[in-house]
Amino acid sequence: MANIISDETIEYVGILAKLELSEEEKQQAKKDMGSILDYIDKLNELDTAGAEPMSHVFPVNNVFREDVVVNGDDRENMLKNAPEQKDGAYKVPKTVEN
Amino acid sequence: MKKSILDLTAVELGRKIKEKEITVREAVEASLAQIEKMEASFHCYVTVGKEAALKRADEVQKQIDAGVLTGPLAGVPVAIKDNMCTKNMLTTCSSRILYNFRPTYTAEAVENLERAGAVVLGKTNMDEFAMGSTTETSAFGETKNPWNTEHVPGGSSGGSCAAVAAEECFFALGSDTGGSIRQPSSFCGVTGIKPTYGTVSRYGLIAYGSSLDQIGPVAKDVTDCAAVLETIASYDKKDSTSIERKDTDFTSALTDDVKGMKIGIPKDYFGEGLDLEVKKAVLAAADVLKEKGAVVEEFDLKLVEYAIPAYYVIASAEASSNLSRFDGIKYGYRTKEYDGLHGLYKKSRSEGFGPEVKRRIMLGSFVLSSGYYDAYYLKALRTKALIKQEFDKAFEKYDVILGPAAPTTAPKLGASLSDPLKMYLGDIYTISVNLAGLPGMSVPCGQDSRGLPIGLQLIGDCFQEKKLIRAGFAYEQARGPWKAPAMAGASGCGDSFDSRKEEPASIQTAGEEN
Repeated sequence: MANIISDETIEYVGILAKLELSEEEKQQAKKDMGSILDYIDKLNELDTAGAEPMSHVFPVNNVFREDVVVNGDDRENMLKNAPEQKDGAYKVPKTVEN
Repeated sequence: MKKSILDLTAVELGRKIKEKEITVREAVEASLAQIEKMEASFHCYVTVGKEAALKRADEVQKQIDAGVLTGPLAGVPVAIKDNMCTKNMLTTCSSRILYNFRPTYTAEAVENLERAGAVVLGKTNMDEFAMGSTTETSAFGETKNPWNTEHVPGGSSGGSCAAVAAEECFFALGSDTGGSIRQPSSFCGVTGIKPTYGTVSRYGLIAYGSSLDQIGPVAKDVTDCAAVLETIASYDKKDSTSIERKDTDFTSALTDDVKGMKIGIPKDYFGEGLDLEVKKAVLAAADVLKEKGAVVEEFDLKLVEYAIPAYYVIASAEASSNLSRFDGIKYGYRTKEYDGLHGLYKKSRSEGFGPEVKRRIMLGSFVLSSGYYDAYYLKALRTKALIKQEFDKAFEKYDVILGPAAPTTAPKLGASLSDPLKMYLGDIYTISVNLAGLPGMSVPCGQDSRGLPIGLQLIGDCFQEKKLIRAGFAYEQARGPWKAPAMAGASGCGDSFDSRKEEPASIQTAGEEN
């Protein structure tokens, strides 16, 4: 295959993707990504020089509205979904040392 | 033979409820009984909300009796794909990372249905985060095709399409990012529409590829699809890509008249890789429309082979961004042991996402990374522009493009998962429609020699759903009624709810211990 994905690339993509892969998963990911990129390289056959990148089919405009609250804060119900909570807030591991 | 409740279409049921021939509770009980009977074989649902549905049935009945609810879907039981938020009801995206998530609000499309009096039965199984073409990537087990349980229902809206085919609901909502309504509709012998991008609000739809995702109806026939689409289409300020349309009276297009309609058949959709039985059935359907007065001709639609690579770059890129919100902090799965905040993120995500989702997040992160962004992501967006231009050219000449929805009928369980690239190639006829933002529809047009359904795909220009509905309806009138699959143990099921003794679990939770 044309696209050889290095261990460094998989490490780097893992950091970007916030994923921690096992050694086995890394090897599989190298293989899968290589073959998918080989396939995607088909796009290089196509001359796209004259085409503007199209992110949306229709023009996308900002949708403005008055800055008025229309829903309640619903804190209690939202916190019910939290894996851990404390004193009406999400609980996370300590990130800043004293 | 007495026609059971379950044999009715959604619109027929709605009419009988309005005429007091059937109560809403009877309809909901009939669906729940069928679910109870069939779920062990098909597994269409991730969550069934029995108590909520029965309670809601009585409320809706009161509003119908009071003359408040008068629409065609009032009292009709519906199933919702599990990537649409439903207030207080589990919404999992068939992923471990959302195994216990109960949204605090309801998706706009579902709200629209509830305002019209439809009764939500539960949430249907899907490929995890809608990434897949078979419903096998679900974290909660695969759904089986009601026509043959050795085969997949297609995906990613496989649960919705199988539930309609198995009469475990009267209609369903699905979502379509690269074919996820049309391909499983084809495999399950049901009718599905992917509307023009922006027609149905994406508010409350858990995003996969935001620029491609669109919610649409899955139903027993074109009439039901038109009635459902008319109900769910709305301009919504909460979705910044929502489009204000005045022409959403889709049922007005149910006219059985295709005289003079120009239909183009892309030669490129009938080449290598297309199953011969599918080809024959789809071309026979084109002949039916021709006999009814449509002008049918072949043409060259270029760039077909570039749609899949462009799609996987764009959809994966958007997915990698959209799925960064799942972090184990605010909702869903959190790993038990971790080292610091970043360790918590990484481990929760790695344990919470399945292999196909991780594959696409990795690919998306890669194509957006510095050094590769121009070569992959921008290249794909330029390709998308060229594909759109090809469709623009085609719609200068044709009202509707006709072809297969998928190159084959439903593959066997397990046959696609081993080779992701092979699975991706199955989306060849549906994916370009999403890239160009167009509406597309799949209508059953035959069965192969094994009895598996074949789907006819109709593609329209942006905002031309009515042409699809006209062509689909006219075809359907000539084809005649489509029968339900012969399901083992399904005989007389429509009447069995009266004598039902045992109770299904009120909520079959998708949750697993962790």
